[in-house]
Amino acid sequence: MASPKNFVRFDWILVSIYIALVAMGWMNIYSASLSDSAQGFFDFEQIYARQFLFICLSVILIIFVLAIESKFYERFASVIYIVSLVSLLGLFVFGKNISGATSWYSFGSFGLQPSEFAKAATALALAKYVSDIQTDMKEIKNQIGAFLILALPALFIIPQPDPGSALVYAAFVFPLYREGLHGVYLLLGLFATVLFVSTLAFGAVGVTIGVLLIAGILFFRNRKKRPNVIKYILLATVCIGFAFSVSYIFNNVFEQRHRDRFNIVLGKEVDARGIGYNTNQSEIAIGNGGWFGKGWTEGTQTKGNFVPEQHTDYIFSTVGEEWGFVGSMVVILLFVGLITRIIILSERQKSQFGRVYGYSVAAILFLHFFVNIGMVTGIFPTVGIPLPFFSYGGSALWGFTILLFIFVKLDGSNYHYS
Amino acid sequence: MRKIVLIALVLFSGVVFSARLFYLQVIDASSQALSENNAIKVLYDYPQRGYMFDRNGKLLVSNQPSYDVMVIPRDVKPLDTLEFCALLKITKQDFLNIMEKARTYSPRLPSVVIPQLNKADYASLSEKMYKYTGFYIQRRSLREYQVNHSANVMGYIAEVNNAIIEKNPYYQMGELIGTAGVEKEYEEVLRGVKGVKYIQKDRFNRDIGPYKEGIFDTLPERGSDVTLTIDAILQQYGEELMVNKRGGIVAIEPSTGEILTLVTAPSYDPALLVGRDRSKNFTKLYYDTIAKPLYDRVLQGEYPPGSPFKTLTGLIGLQEDVIDLKETVACHGGYNYGGRRKLGCHHHPSPLAMLGGIANSCNAYFCTVYRRSIEKYATPQEGIDHWNAHLSSFGLGDFLGYDLPSGKRGYIPNSKYYNRAYKFPEYKWYATATISNAIGQGEVLLTPMQMANFTATIANRGYYYTPHIIKNIIGPDTIPKKFKEKHYTTVDAKHFEPVVDGMHQVYQRGTAASIQIPGIEICGKTGTAENFTKIDGKRVQLTDHSIFVAFAPKDNPKIAIAVFVENGYWGSRWAGRIAGLMIEKYLKGEITRKDMEKFVLEGSLENEYAKPYSGLPFTINK
Repeated sequence: MASPKNFVRFDWILVSIYIALVAMGWMNIYSASLSDSAQGFFDFEQIYARQFLFICLSVILIIFVLAIESKFYERFASVIYIVSLVSLLGLFVFGKNISGATSWYSFGSFGLQPSEFAKAATALALAKYVSDIQTDMKEIKNQIGAFLILALPALFIIPQPDPGSALVYAAFVFPLYREGLHGVYLLLGLFATVLFVSTLAFGAVGVTIGVLLIAGILFFRNRKKRPNVIKYILLATVCIGFAFSVSYIFNNVFEQRHRDRFNIVLGKEVDARGIGYNTNQSEIAIGNGGWFGKGWTEGTQTKGNFVPEQHTDYIFSTVGEEWGFVGSMVVILLFVGLITRIIILSERQKSQFGRVYGYSVAAILFLHFFVNIGMVTGIFPTVGIPLPFFSYGGSALWGFTILLFIFVKLDGSNYHYS
Repeated sequence: MRKIVLIALVLFSGVVFSARLFYLQVIDASSQALSENNAIKVLYDYPQRGYMFDRNGKLLVSNQPSYDVMVIPRDVKPLDTLEFCALLKITKQDFLNIMEKARTYSPRLPSVVIPQLNKADYASLSEKMYKYTGFYIQRRSLREYQVNHSANVMGYIAEVNNAIIEKNPYYQMGELIGTAGVEKEYEEVLRGVKGVKYIQKDRFNRDIGPYKEGIFDTLPERGSDVTLTIDAILQQYGEELMVNKRGGIVAIEPSTGEILTLVTAPSYDPALLVGRDRSKNFTKLYYDTIAKPLYDRVLQGEYPPGSPFKTLTGLIGLQEDVIDLKETVACHGGYNYGGRRKLGCHHHPSPLAMLGGIANSCNAYFCTVYRRSIEKYATPQEGIDHWNAHLSSFGLGDFLGYDLPSGKRGYIPNSKYYNRAYKFPEYKWYATATISNAIGQGEVLLTPMQMANFTATIANRGYYYTPHIIKNIIGPDTIPKKFKEKHYTTVDAKHFEPVVDGMHQVYQRGTAASIQIPGIEICGKTGTAENFTKIDGKRVQLTDHSIFVAFAPKDNPKIAIAVFVENGYWGSRWAGRIAGLMIEKYLKGEITRKDMEKFVLEGSLENEYAKPYSGLPFTINK
């Protein structure tokens, strides 16, 4: 047990931002889920009351997390990871199907979603693996090892099906890159994304023409260096092949709902009542806020429940409508501040374990933040992942709380040793 | 590099999101308007429309509740169709047809099943409505007319059209608005203010309670009742007298300008434009292009005024000092103005001075006076414009400013008109070219309302109040001030007395001697105006219009009246009799000249009106 004076050593900026986000999150959930049928404040049929309970429980969680010796997390990382994987596998047997996805263990009226906790577990395991003295991220063998660590939970989550949560594991490429993974992976990922989106936007043939053009221009410009013609042809062929496979997958493997989600963001289909309904309603609600918003619990779109899943994945639309541009900017700045602060602190960690873990936390939060806000504001396809600390849900809140406070503990222990 | 990639991405996405939010929330306001539309429903609470009373407090029009059975097809649950049909008094086939039509229109929006149930049907039905999910009764308010006359005065209400909605945002589709008569003129007074309720809706379009606890909601304000200047008894009597005739009667109280009677004939029962058959009846009235029952002849009809106009010619002559009361003018069966033919006159004693001229309606006398009035000035242009100015001071040639929404200016020509007509200065024109004006023919056109008004002006000896139909708005008494202002004419008061005496002699020994009303000192003037129509492009003369203006009693007049009967021939035959009867009815409340009443009530001019449409040759002025 840490002595009380060590609590002061925790990074209070992180803790303050955490408190601010959770408090604002709850206020918005309250507004989004307010209804006339409530039987008083402690009616736990009401979403805001349940979230209040979750928040209270997370305080207990925080005390536990901070009370545990920081070395524990490093030593038992593998065990935690394996327990987490087992809990994901267990879903295939004991999971409860809620709205089409078997992502939950059910305990009466409460449910637990192991994928939310698996993020922290994976971050710990990855940090442990990468910080091992024998691990060098420049070696293929270690790259494969690291990849397996983050891919296993993702593989278990995809068939639930919950592709959104699985996508989060892509975030781990950032800590790996920080620890020496070749930048080519990052670039490859970026390039593949660009190609992917271009294929959807302009079609495989369009991309083929584009690739050939670019290859031609590059070849022409570099002709004095006597470039390797075969390399160019090979690269172009790979790109074109990728484009056509994307096109094939998109049209033949994807389900219509996936296609729709991309098409909406690419502006291909404008259909206010159909599949784009969520995004359109969300944009309307946000736009409705104006500079200063309609005021807390005064949002007409929010009250009318026009935005589906507003208390969970679309909670930011409530912020947009009721708190306006100013309030939205506060939330954006809090997230940017939180993630930036974590990265800065990570760089200061004395142990590589702490640094990798910190980067993992920052990357996971960033991915959630980026995908969620991008979706709610209509610049990213609809991928159902929550906004950390904000969205309704006990598992998500606890998962993120554990994720963050393990880092707070690790960071705090630095001072302890000094 | 490795240390800053993630931070850079975080900051970059922060900037991107800020820009996006700025666009959505500050720049692009389109979603803001949209949201107001889909999240808040506005419900209106319609107030009772104000009642109308006549000048003696008799109720003319009130409201009646009417009940429509409505259906929202989507909400309908299986029901006992036969029982329901029995309640609605329709057959099962009717019911199925109605339901099919409603479903085709919209499964979600209400449609009318049975419009305008009466109170009895409503009572029996309302007890059992709970059984029929998806059906409900919509209460509406309709006009209920207590009288079968004054349709042209009261006007009617109708559903607003798109043009009105665009101009006046107060109105919504399906709402009612006064479209004619007092209903239109005093729309804002009568309608009151509708109440508004803002209802918050959810995404299924369901109501989830008042928006912001109803702080923006307002209560409806009942429309104000109005008292009209109309005398219901006189109005009804006037309409009865005008049956089978075309034309109109305007009676004004000279001392106030209040319109006592405003009869246009033919007219219609105002109740025709209420209830189930409204649309059918309106179409019928609207497309009667021969009798034109919706056309207000007394306000919109522009007629040559004929001989009553001679009183004005006389007044102008006296004011311009071109004649005195003693001077006599000889009449040799007409007035010779130097043309190839003379302007004819009828048989009467000759020579005559002013009083006799009016009493016997001598054309030669008034042509002389008129010509002198024009020729007094250096040029005929100047003369005509002076003449025009005098007439304008009587409110002629322009809208009078009364408070009814329809009307015409009439026409009093000026020098510009004749310069254009005679191509001045290429060709010159003289007073004689306009000589017909002297006797109310030629270019002069007046509405019967204007004739009544100049009669009231003569009765007042030189001034008039703007005629008006509103006597009192109950509640806020906001009668416009303009109805309480005297309008003086350019003719001095002293010149009116001899003209009044002349009009008195019309009854004593002149053209109306045979239609005297015992015990009432009436001053009047007959008129018989030539008129023409076009048949197959040819100008054809029709039987003269029968015209009469009068006021009574001679001293301290209570009523001034103008009667116009299209194609009635002699002024005294129809218009004179009607005017006398109206005056007696108003002043005495009973009729002594039963012979005259019988003649008018039983008489019909329908044969006369059929002539131009018969396609056969016809004779006139019989």
